[in-house]
Amino acid sequence: MPSYQLNVNGQIKTVQVSDPQQPLLYALRNSLGLTGAKYGCGLGQCGACTVHIDGRASRSCVVTVSQVVNKKITTIEGLGTPEKPHPIQAAFIAEQAAQCGYCANGMVMTCATLLSQKPNASLDDAKSALKNNLCRCGTHHRIERAVMRAKDEMKTRNSA
Amino acid sequence: MSALLSSARRSFLKHTLQSVGVLTIGFQLPSVHAQIPLATRSTLDVNEVDGYFSIHADGRITLYCGKVDLGQGIRIAIPQMAAEELGIDVAKIQMIDGDTALTPDQGPTAGSSGIMRGGVQIRQAAATARQALIAVAATQMNVPIDSLDAIDGEVRPIVGGKGIAFQNLIGNQQFKLKIDSKAKLRNPNTYRYVGKGLPRPDVPAKVTGTHVYMQDFSLPGMLHARVIRPQSVGSRIISVDESSIKRIGKARIVRIEDFLAVVAEDEWDAQRASVALKVQWSLEKNLLGHAGVKDWLRKGPFESTQTIMKKGDVQQGLSQSTQKIQASYYWPVQSHASMGPSCAVADLSDGQQAVVWSASQATHRLRGIIARLMAIPNDKVRVIYLDGAGCYGMNGHDDASLDAALISKAIGKPVRVQWTRQDENIWDPKGPPQLIDIEGGVSADGKIAAWKTVMFIPKATAQLPNIPLLGPQSAGIKQPMGISTGLISQNGNPPYSTPHVEVSANWHKDAPLRPSNIRAPGKIANCFAVESFTDELSHLAGVDPLEFRLQGMSDARGIEIIQRTSKLIGWKKRNTPVTKRSGTQLKGRGMAYMHYKGNETYVGVAMDVVVNTQTGVIQVKRIACAHDCGLIINPDGTQAQVEGNLLQTLSRTLHEEVKFDKSQVTSSNWATYPILTFPQVPEILIDLIDRPFEPPLGAGEAAATPIPAALANAVFDACGVRMRTAPFTPAQFKIDWSTI
Repeated sequence: MPSYQLNVNGQIKTVQVSDPQQPLLYALRNSLGLTGAKYGCGLGQCGACTVHIDGRASRSCVVTVSQVVNKKITTIEGLGTPEKPHPIQAAFIAEQAAQCGYCANGMVMTCATLLSQKPNASLDDAKSALKNNLCRCGTHHRIERAVMRAKDEMKTRNSA
Repeated sequence: MSALLSSARRSFLKHTLQSVGVLTIGFQLPSVHAQIPLATRSTLDVNEVDGYFSIHADGRITLYCGKVDLGQGIRIAIPQMAAEELGIDVAKIQMIDGDTALTPDQGPTAGSSGIMRGGVQIRQAAATARQALIAVAATQMNVPIDSLDAIDGEVRPIVGGKGIAFQNLIGNQQFKLKIDSKAKLRNPNTYRYVGKGLPRPDVPAKVTGTHVYMQDFSLPGMLHARVIRPQSVGSRIISVDESSIKRIGKARIVRIEDFLAVVAEDEWDAQRASVALKVQWSLEKNLLGHAGVKDWLRKGPFESTQTIMKKGDVQQGLSQSTQKIQASYYWPVQSHASMGPSCAVADLSDGQQAVVWSASQATHRLRGIIARLMAIPNDKVRVIYLDGAGCYGMNGHDDASLDAALISKAIGKPVRVQWTRQDENIWDPKGPPQLIDIEGGVSADGKIAAWKTVMFIPKATAQLPNIPLLGPQSAGIKQPMGISTGLISQNGNPPYSTPHVEVSANWHKDAPLRPSNIRAPGKIANCFAVESFTDELSHLAGVDPLEFRLQGMSDARGIEIIQRTSKLIGWKKRNTPVTKRSGTQLKGRGMAYMHYKGNETYVGVAMDVVVNTQTGVIQVKRIACAHDCGLIINPDGTQAQVEGNLLQTLSRTLHEEVKFDKSQVTSSNWATYPILTFPQVPEILIDLIDRPFEPPLGAGEAAATPIPAALANAVFDACGVRMRTAPFTPAQFKIDWSTI
């Protein structure tokens, strides 16, 4: 079985895959036990599986393991923890921006990229960045508020 | 508890603990379940205080709740209700939900009943417990009962002074008390926890990727499975070429008659084997096709016709009306369209008992279904709830649970079944279609003179124990046939005073695709029809739509809702347009009202829209909603439910219809079954009316119902087009636009 070395959350991990076409999502969830990224559609349509690949929000259900060798992968577990959340995660908690929360991984990971690329992101920027992330529970407003809250928090931190 | 029962439960516990002991990284049973020694659960009786509470030696309390948290936040709201009545910090209460070995059967988490019934039952159990704790303390302290109260986990003199902690009054003992329906509830003026927007305990884990969802759960030695669903509805297997997957790891097939699955140690192997497997199916063409549903609903044959409501003489009322109209409204088949496809893990490896992890909204009911269909005694079946993606009714979780049970029993190993997106969109039980005709008239003084509603709808089969589940059906396991819909004929009458009213239903025995209950069953379509028609009548009478509603109302709470809705949106009195307006970007405003089921939550919705008459795109700019669900337990949770109701139903109204041909559903993913996206989300204004001295009512459904009518009424205000067929897609708008 071919094995690949992946750089995940700052650590080098070896994963064995029976098929080079295996999507990264399956390696993360099943080989590495990182279940934060969710299977939602397997088609890159909903965003539930979003991770960062070299800092870009990417759909791990349509990226193969062989494509991400030598790239830096960050999952939601690598972003922050319940005890030490990333500012965007802290903002999601403060705004209670989850109902079922199944889409939350994609929302958090997409918003984290947005704010790292555009520290002054506007509400319209947030809506635009999230236009391909689906939520079924109707948590959109809380998610938008969380992005704005995190933006303010990160700016305060950076200027302190 | 019988010895057998105890022993069965002990064996489950052993099983569970063993499983937890050897788990690999990231996977574990939510530890709270594993910590509960089953032997300490003396009763799961819904009428017993001990069914709901254990007071531990360290003063913590475990709350056992039969209703489950589907994302609606009862994991904080129900502990708030219990904490309030018991007199203990809510942080000391840990809730376990929906584990059939640990929690009482409080019925499915459906019909917006979590707080209204489940929470109220637990609140009364807590009040009974407090009464008992105070009685014990009064005896020990030798003081009158009414000189004591329960505060912060101890019983203390009201005037102050030393108290006795709950655990020292009861310890690990049981209450052995039936719930006392007369046990006095606290005065809402003294509430400390109820009414606070406390945060949900599961949100931090959900936004950091550490919450264990159903889809994240696994057992050691577990195999991954994919079920190969028939090519068309009703297809049978002609042949399976197992050699087509021989190069894929250790993947192999499991076949029970027409039930076909592939299993593998590795999930991706199972997934690619399910795609690679060559199966020849018979091609069936027995479906109506979505385009044929409306005609089919109207034409019948009908199983029966029922008069649901009759007041006065509607024919006489119609003939005496100075003006009358009739209209017909259609609501299509829709999917629950959960973000996460259904999933379940089952362990029937010894063939004698079943442990199933499921995101079902009705784990207790599912337990009986598994027992019956898998031929295992009920007391040897345990169903453990784990959060799935929000389900909004019965989606595919029960099906997936039986899929996993069938495969696990067949191969003697624990099995995880994961549906694909295509499985979910094609095979989840669907919200049934509805066709509603209304005829009505107004009198010379501009009031409703007569109203006749005729529904053409599928009828839920009486006493059906479960909707026919896919796996057992394919596997040739006998189950009672019939359909389930939820209560879809409610709210067919106008909530305004009308001397002559008749509501009837032409019931179909069947439905175009397998139906089940979907959020606010039937009442979204009924409110769409009733509140659109109310607007049509107001227009006919030449009366402002808001005035028209108010003049027909006597219920003070309803009147307040309409007034507060109008204030929130800034309603301006008007006459709706008569003719087409010029320009292509037309603004409009509409409203709708609902008194849910005629005796529950009150909701008013108003909205502002912009209609592009060239493209047919309807953009909702702003939604205002006033909401009265009686006593509010957790305002932030209630607010979240209302937001969700408004936006999800906006999605259903603008975008959603399950398309299907003669053989199969063709809306198989998010491109072919689109839902609302961020750029389409309007501003929302919500006014929650708290009524601390009224019973708490549901907030999970009611606010969904006025959306389609408010939208249709706003579109009419904008451009004079009356939309009576959902969804309001650009294509549908163009059809309606061309008819005026």
